[in-house]
Amino acid sequence: MTQNIDQSLRRILGDVLGLKPGQADSLTDDSGLFGHLPELDSMAVAGLLTEIEDRLGIVIEDDEVDGDMMADYGSLRRFVEDKLAV
Amino acid sequence: MEESALWLDGGAGPTLLVIPALFDEGNRLRRQTVEVMRRLAASGITCVLPDLPGLNESTTPLADLDVDLWRKAMASLALQTGARRVLALRGGALVSPDGLAGWHYAPATGASVLRQMVRARIIAGREAGREEKHDALLAKGRIEGLDLAGYALGGAMIAQLERAEAPQDDISIISQDMVGGSALWLRAEASESREQADALAAIVAVGLSMVGVA
Repeated sequence: MTQNIDQSLRRILGDVLGLKPGQADSLTDDSGLFGHLPELDSMAVAGLLTEIEDRLGIVIEDDEVDGDMMADYGSLRRFVEDKLAV
Repeated sequence: MEESALWLDGGAGPTLLVIPALFDEGNRLRRQTVEVMRRLAASGITCVLPDLPGLNESTTPLADLDVDLWRKAMASLALQTGARRVLALRGGALVSPDGLAGWHYAPATGASVLRQMVRARIIAGREAGREEKHDALLAKGRIEGLDLAGYALGGAMIAQLERAEAPQDDISIISQDMVGGSALWLRAEASESREQADALAAIVAVGLSMVGVA
């Protein structure tokens, strides 16, 4: 399950960031997201979160979303894993 | 209201009204939309892509507009241009004229369009040290209007978007799976895909020829 979450998240990030297949696999836990990638503005982040909700079947409350949770790939993945309690 | 439209002449063939995606998604999908229209025009289908009043090049104040007014504008444009079919993209499906057959590409509900924009505002606000709540913003927005992702929306627009659904009669849904590849409206930076444009144009062109309109 954890691996599926990781794969799904990489695919969604690849879609949002327009990564080529394979490029999303090179994301590490330290890969910076919000605040590190200029193209990842608030609108793109909103789209990213909605897509995560739709594809992984979770609901993300607005007050759960902050710079820390979106800071890097590792923090986003841990957030989603906690949501799904795996 | 005088609004401009991009018109690609396909010669003697039928005319297709192309309704763009809304707000930010409209910008991100603009080039891809035109790519699809080029292919359709090359196969004899005249395509009309209007600016929705208040968006893109339009000089009408967006705050005065709402979903019903947009749908009326699209209906009168369909009459004016003799469009026999519609292709609406994403949130554009919400303002697809009643009774006009055609296709909705990956249609979005009004609630999801609005939710995403409110969320973007909350995230941007939090970065600026401003705490806002979804429900409170909407409650205020329904009355006073709301500035969302750089778009000044009026109260009527907010209230109608919350409930807006696309018409379904005589409409075929084109899902992203049918087009293939990843959804371009999700991209943080606008981009286009030749393969996806080919696939989307083919679905519409074949559909038009099958009903004998082309």
